[in-house]
Amino acid sequence: MLGMKLYMAQRLSALIMAPLVIGHVGVMIYAVQGGLSAAEILGRTQGSVAWTLFYGLFVVAVSIHGAIGLRVVLFETVKLRGGGLNAVTWVIFLGLMILGSRAVWAVTVP
Amino acid sequence: MDVSVWRGDASGGRFQRFEVPARTSQTVLDVVAWIQQNADPTLSYRFACRVGMCGSCAMMVNGQPRWTCRTHVDRVTSDGRLEIAPLRNLAVIKDLAADMDPFFEKWVTAEAVFHPARSRDEAVERVNPDDPARQQVDAAIECINCAICYAACDTVAANPDYLGPAALNRAWTLVNDTKDAGRTAVLDAVSGAGGCHNCHSMGSCAQFCPNELNPMNAIAGLKRATARRFLGG
Repeated sequence: MLGMKLYMAQRLSALIMAPLVIGHVGVMIYAVQGGLSAAEILGRTQGSVAWTLFYGLFVVAVSIHGAIGLRVVLFETVKLRGGGLNAVTWVIFLGLMILGSRAVWAVTVP
Repeated sequence: MDVSVWRGDASGGRFQRFEVPARTSQTVLDVVAWIQQNADPTLSYRFACRVGMCGSCAMMVNGQPRWTCRTHVDRVTSDGRLEIAPLRNLAVIKDLAADMDPFFEKWVTAEAVFHPARSRDEAVERVNPDDPARQQVDAAIECINCAICYAACDTVAANPDYLGPAALNRAWTLVNDTKDAGRTAVLDAVSGAGGCHNCHSMGSCAQFCPNELNPMNAIAGLKRATARRFLGG
């Protein structure tokens, strides 16, 4: 069910997510403690290639990691198998990608 | 002593209660043997050596997998009651005898078979006991094929394709064995859909192994070896 490629995709996406999560939490603490308003935050993120790459990569990694993780849960607990399992995995991946991309778009595109 | 024993076959069954006299240093296998010899000769179960070497007498005892020949009754009874059932995660042939075929078929699927590196005409490969790879083999080699780890594993319960701790533990010994020439074949075999990457590292295999092996550690080793190979290392 979880072969080599899916296993590596999940592990490598976790490897990417780990520093991004730390960066994200650090930024949140900084923003809250510094008392930045929404407008001030957007002023820093909109038009920024760095923040677009930071959160864009985060969304891709989360979508891959989450879809594979939920695939395992569905296989083992709901007993979903075969084409249905693959289809649901893709739906979860694409759903997370769409939701995440919309969020990244909203804060980075002026 | 109040003993409940599973009676039935692959189509189903039920627990049957027996009153068994308690004795000093009595093992669970002694209890099963007493029932078969004194109460119901139709009771089916499997055993051979009775000294913890052959691995054939494993059963579920009060819900946990154990080697019954080395399990003393007074260590596992609760309120003077004992419940004995066939091994979990395997189909029942009859009563306490589980069908071991899927368990051993998965050993073969995992390429957990010896791949000779030399012919009989060549000198035997030298084995250095201080070599770190050999020490990995030594730590995992004393498996008696009892299937207790297989019965304890929740991943096996949830994923019928999963090769299981024993087969993967054996595969790990071969990956580290200088006498074995099948490293690539073994790593291919354990990278399949039911391979080592399905293990959630819950550790029931290590918890229940009667020989105190750690298949979870062996599986982690396989994960590292296959990942290194995947990344070209």
